[in-house]
Amino acid sequence: MDFTFNEDQLALRDSVGRFLMVEAAPEKLREIWQTDAGRSPALRAKIAEQGLTALSVPQEHGGLGFGDVDWSLMTQELGYFAIPDSLADTAYISAAFLTALPEGHALRNEWLPRIADGSCRIAIGHPVNPWVGDVQMADLVLLPADTPDGLSWHALGPEQVSVEVLPSIDASRRLSNVRWTPGAATCIAEGACARALADETLDRATVNTAGQLVGLAQRMLDLSVDYAAQRKQFGKPIGSFQAVKHHLADVVTKIEFAKPVLYRAAWAVAHEHPQRAVRASHAKLVAAEAAWTAARKAIQVHGAMGYTWEVDLQMFMKRAWVLDAAWGDRAFHKARMAQALLGDGAPLGPGATF
Amino acid sequence: MDLTYTPAQQAFRVEVREWLRTHVPRESLASYDTREGFEQHKRWEAHLADAGWSSVTWPRELGGRGCDLIEWLIFEEEYWAADAPMRVNQNGILLLGPTLMEFGTPEQKARFLPGTARCDLMWAQGWSEPNAGSDMAAITSRAIRDGDHYVLNGQKTWSTRAVFANWLFGLFRSDPQSSRHNGLTYLMVPLDAPGITIRPIQALNGKQAFAEIFFDEVRVPVANRLGGEGEGWNVAMATAGFERGLLLRSPARYQRTAQKLVQLYQRHRASADRDPSIREAVLRAWMGAEAYTLASYHTVCRVQQGARIGAEASTNKIFWSELDLEMHETAMRILGPRAELRDDPEVHDWLEGFLFAQAGSIYAGSNEIQRNIIAERLLGLPKS
Repeated sequence: MDFTFNEDQLALRDSVGRFLMVEAAPEKLREIWQTDAGRSPALRAKIAEQGLTALSVPQEHGGLGFGDVDWSLMTQELGYFAIPDSLADTAYISAAFLTALPEGHALRNEWLPRIADGSCRIAIGHPVNPWVGDVQMADLVLLPADTPDGLSWHALGPEQVSVEVLPSIDASRRLSNVRWTPGAATCIAEGACARALADETLDRATVNTAGQLVGLAQRMLDLSVDYAAQRKQFGKPIGSFQAVKHHLADVVTKIEFAKPVLYRAAWAVAHEHPQRAVRASHAKLVAAEAAWTAARKAIQVHGAMGYTWEVDLQMFMKRAWVLDAAWGDRAFHKARMAQALLGDGAPLGPGATF
Repeated sequence: MDLTYTPAQQAFRVEVREWLRTHVPRESLASYDTREGFEQHKRWEAHLADAGWSSVTWPRELGGRGCDLIEWLIFEEEYWAADAPMRVNQNGILLLGPTLMEFGTPEQKARFLPGTARCDLMWAQGWSEPNAGSDMAAITSRAIRDGDHYVLNGQKTWSTRAVFANWLFGLFRSDPQSSRHNGLTYLMVPLDAPGITIRPIQALNGKQAFAEIFFDEVRVPVANRLGGEGEGWNVAMATAGFERGLLLRSPARYQRTAQKLVQLYQRHRASADRDPSIREAVLRAWMGAEAYTLASYHTVCRVQQGARIGAEASTNKIFWSELDLEMHETAMRILGPRAELRDDPEVHDWLEGFLFAQAGSIYAGSNEIQRNIIAERLLGLPKS
């Protein structure tokens, strides 16, 4: 039993954090927002240089072969720096999806090395999501089709999809309605294999979203602490007032009790644990609660400044708000948990934790 | 990260489970807040101690089993899963014990620890006073040095199980000129010493769960001092850190309660589902108990790698006390109109637990004080 990260994992997390603090500062992200694509090839190239896009890719395809437990630290950094969806969707979710295809599958050999070297973006859909993110700049689009024969997965090039853009309140999001036609030529998995891919992808993406939400909560807490220490009223920093302290202490508690839940879920995904789905849903629910609590308390602590476009808090609040319903909204995840836990023979009680 | 138990840890779990299966009394004991129940619980503790289970993390030579903290978590999981009796001497075993091991002289350890493990020494706490509650540094009870003794005068209150205990540990002001955290001394006091009067206080459940204690010229040998004279605050804070941080409320307790809450919900599902928020509250209970357990494993593993428990212990205290309240409130809502019937066998434990949960956000440092600690020590916000 070792429920900690090793020094290498923590050192990698720290170095990614230092890199993103400089290269993905809020003012740079705001510049990228203003572009139509909402994405910066220059930033992606720098991220690839750091090896971030290669993390999940198996070593035989030019990657580092890291897993979900490592990613549970990385996704918190992505959340903390409000990195748009495309990076994790490509380098984590799609990379793991392609890796799960049978050995020797042409798609693996073609795309995994390109993920590793940072030369492609992949968009991935899922039956749980009504829309798909980042299709408009994708080199490859992975989409599920629900046909009378059951679920199947398809790989499409940009020329095979038509896109209707749906602007989001989170200016970093690029959602769209995708129109396309499934066919034998596009099909890459069907039957039980397709179902398993969908299930595994859902749980992994749920944990990915949970990690980002925890990171977002931490960022909003840090911004609020800075503000409360500087802003003075009645001749003192507002952070010296108990009402303000208690708002922020509540956020600390939510974050501290979301993290270990996140880590267990990541481990469950990595090891195909029988309770993987419940653990992923649990992580998403507590991470969302931490992030929404952080957003609510942060805007209160920032006062009117928190309601402005100018102050950076909005970048993190809006991501926290929208990620709450991404990859399964709360109703979806609660229903999954209720089904597993409130029936007969559920794994409850002391000693059933791992 | 490796979230599997080693073969040795699994074998330890089986050993604990087997022992409990054959030794836990079939009939539940009377409440330890009654004289009869207190004696029953003491006998159970002696039974545990004889088999080496009373204080598993203590060294063997002091009456313990030399377990590491993962084994402690496993022991607690099996203990709560077996519905074994409540631990009547947790003040001594969980709070004083670790402090004695850190600050005690070899003589003090030999004198007090084995007797505590066996529950010959039953400990009450002496922190709060009528005018020193959340503001514990306002303590005025005095311990004035007179040769090789201290002479105690003053009053302590809210002392859990002091009605039946025979020893007390607590803080007294040894320097009458001092104020606040300075000039306090940590003493261990026999409750049969001349000059001590104990007056029971009835708790919400009608039982004598705690007491106020009056000291009138009580002479206590200097050998009963833990740590240096005037250094009592730091010694006491070490106890408070352990109390809030890890040991006092093992996660298995809440997992067992959450499990029973799910079972209660299953038995009354048709009625409970008339209020859709109950199902969600049951789920939240499970989620909270799991989160607390996971946080404990995370902390234990970090401690075993050399980390110290600091102010983050305050988040623990807030979390378990609020979780306990939510779980018992949910049980009351499921039981509906029956919830007030104190002798109903399905109601009794939930009702007792519900009353006790009301105190959780107050004792061991109120949750408001914990939030101040988090804000000032973890977040670095200025003191008001």
